[in-house]
Amino acid sequence: MVDETDNTPKGAAGEPSPENKVKPPERQYPEPRKVLQRKAAPPEPAKTGHVWDGIEEYDNPMPRWWLWTFYICIIWAVIYMILYPAWPLVSQATPGILGHSTRGDVAREIESFEARNEVWFQRLVETEVAALRDDVELERFAVRAGGAVFAAQCSQCHGSGGGGVQAGGFPSLVDDDWLWGGTLEDIHLTIAHGIRNETDPMARWSEMPAFGRDGILEDEEIDQVVEYVLAMSGQDHDAALAEAGAEVFEWNCAACHMEDGSGNMDLGAPALNNQVWLYGGDRETIRHTVVYSRFGVMPAFAGRLREAEIRAVAVYVHQLGGGQ
Amino acid sequence: MSTTPETPQLYAAREPVFPRRVSGRFRNLKWWLVAVMLGIYYITPWIRWDRGPNMPDQAVLVDLANRRFFFFFVEIWPHEFYFVAGLLIMAGLGLFLFTSALGRVWCGYACPQTVWTDLFIQTERWIEGDRNARVRNWQAPWGFRKGRIYLTKWTVWLLIALATGGAWVFYFTDAPTLLRDLIAFQAHPVAYTTIGILTATTFLFGGFFREQVCIYACPWPRIQAAMMDEDTLTIAYRDWRGEPRGKLKKGRLDPEQGDCIDCMACVNVCPMGIDIRDGQQLACITCGLCIDACDEVMDRIGKPRGLIGYLALSDELHEKQGKPPISVWRHVFRPRTVLYSVLWGGVGIGLIVLLLMRTDLDMSVAQVRNPLYVTLSDGSVRNAYEVRIRNMHHEPREFTLALEAPVPMALDLEGIDGFTVTIAPDEMLNQRLYLVAPADSPAATTQRTDVTLRATEPESGQVVAVETLFNGREN
Repeated sequence: MVDETDNTPKGAAGEPSPENKVKPPERQYPEPRKVLQRKAAPPEPAKTGHVWDGIEEYDNPMPRWWLWTFYICIIWAVIYMILYPAWPLVSQATPGILGHSTRGDVAREIESFEARNEVWFQRLVETEVAALRDDVELERFAVRAGGAVFAAQCSQCHGSGGGGVQAGGFPSLVDDDWLWGGTLEDIHLTIAHGIRNETDPMARWSEMPAFGRDGILEDEEIDQVVEYVLAMSGQDHDAALAEAGAEVFEWNCAACHMEDGSGNMDLGAPALNNQVWLYGGDRETIRHTVVYSRFGVMPAFAGRLREAEIRAVAVYVHQLGGGQ
Repeated sequence: MSTTPETPQLYAAREPVFPRRVSGRFRNLKWWLVAVMLGIYYITPWIRWDRGPNMPDQAVLVDLANRRFFFFFVEIWPHEFYFVAGLLIMAGLGLFLFTSALGRVWCGYACPQTVWTDLFIQTERWIEGDRNARVRNWQAPWGFRKGRIYLTKWTVWLLIALATGGAWVFYFTDAPTLLRDLIAFQAHPVAYTTIGILTATTFLFGGFFREQVCIYACPWPRIQAAMMDEDTLTIAYRDWRGEPRGKLKKGRLDPEQGDCIDCMACVNVCPMGIDIRDGQQLACITCGLCIDACDEVMDRIGKPRGLIGYLALSDELHEKQGKPPISVWRHVFRPRTVLYSVLWGGVGIGLIVLLLMRTDLDMSVAQVRNPLYVTLSDGSVRNAYEVRIRNMHHEPREFTLALEAPVPMALDLEGIDGFTVTIAPDEMLNQRLYLVAPADSPAATTQRTDVTLRATEPESGQVVAVETLFNGREN
């Protein structure tokens, strides 16, 4: 038993006590390695009496640190309920004395971002439209801001990449062919006032007559002028009809589309001598256009967006690849 | 909650450990290691390294705000994070290597918990005295004397802890500036919070939790068992030599008695409060102090050293048969450790090669595929690309962009006349560029053509090339 006390590994009790020093050592030494088993097995703890499939449950106390963690959590929960929104009521939760709300956080965050953007919006409005891309920093901001507005307001018709709908009536903004002009100022005016809408008196406006439906041209003349337009854009055509169509074109179409078919951006009259077609450039589609005419519209954004946003979108569209 | 009297306490309260002073080989080695490691920790943030204007001159700096890591001549950008991954892999393999060869050598010598606990115990010894004095103080009732001593001790601990937490934040921003701000109470709240947390953890872990962190909180001792084998060196008691143990009686040497005189020296010096004679155990961090303590006693009673020593599991059987001890090096050099060393070295060499081969220029090309291609009014086909060039130099650089294509095609830059772009120092340039294939050219009429874009720095002749595709009308 001397070994028992002497070998107690921890603390002050580990030092040999004065009694042991004077006592002659007993001759019983543990076998080597037996020291490992010298601690007595603790007595069996009490059981709860619950038995499941022969498995019994010990009624052990909970670890103290665990219990204290639990108590601290409860105290913290009470403090939390007092400070923060906690109990759901009919229309809202108890507000808590700190008056904190996640919506409020978001609102504040949005406000702070808007305040930061305001400086840039101011610069956008104060700069000449034509000079918006001269300042690299301002351009960078405008492209980012304009891109966001474009995704929300423009992409529904013009596509998220600005490619429009080929031959579908929604013009591509990334090519080099423009109906109403591709300078920053032209684009800005188009976005602000729109095209052929009834809401904005300053909207861009022009109207092509429905040459067939309204009986302005005979069927035969329409066939001729369609062949002439096909010839103009370098497509397969009936040479004899096209030759006859030249005169029809000069009298009926050249006023807007110009004699060489290069179009007139002041009137939104598209060029007919190139490879870009808003509604399609095949024989059938051109004939349909001549007979019934077209009437593409775009809303005015002057009332919907801030001037600075319109300018930002104009810069964004201008740098997509088609800007003039 | 109610516990019946006969229910045993499952969770015994901690019995405080008061390690006695010891001197010897391992103690000296440990002091050297403590000095070197704490020295590195405290001094490193104050080493300066000139990187030129507008660059931090701190040799080791983790610049979180600008997302850069500086290590002497190395500057790591976020996209080069694989270096950190590589270092972590090396750290992992290094632990495998050291654990399989030397057991818990990390725990015993290098772990911050061990190093700071050592420092705290030494402080305690300076203020209170050695083991017996500390035990007396502990058992003494609270009074003026005990209060004064403990208050002094805790204050010194707190100052050490403060210096520890304080040194940590210097790695993350310019150290002299931060020190001035900290003293003037003008530093960022994050700095104060970090110092506060680290001071508190150092104070509590080093002063009060000590061995309990290793025994109860640390997962590493549990994992290590998987990496140890019968050749791994651990600290063990040669019970075949020491047992049966018995007190040494002056002048009388009992021939039946083993070499262990049961003097408790090994137990009293142990910072973990264990008895190594119970055999290898989870709580042993293999710090070697019991070896020093036992050797000292063996010298005094005229017995050979090494009753407690570094032993492998295989040594026990071997020595019990009366064979001479196996050399430590035989245990250390074996296929397993050689394999770990080779892997460790391989990753290290790989990282160094990567470091030497990396360019300070980085270019990527992303094709704009919305729309896939654009037909221009003259019928030609145009593709757009977003080009990103990163200038990792600290001065502006100019690059000339060029196209390499098997068929006729033209290059055009959005918003720029010509093909030269300038990139600001430490910046990334985002530039849209266009490739245009004439109306009836092969590239316009086929589905796709492989092309290469090249950025050349005329000044240095450095070239970076990226391959990409051109989409024609057949898409």
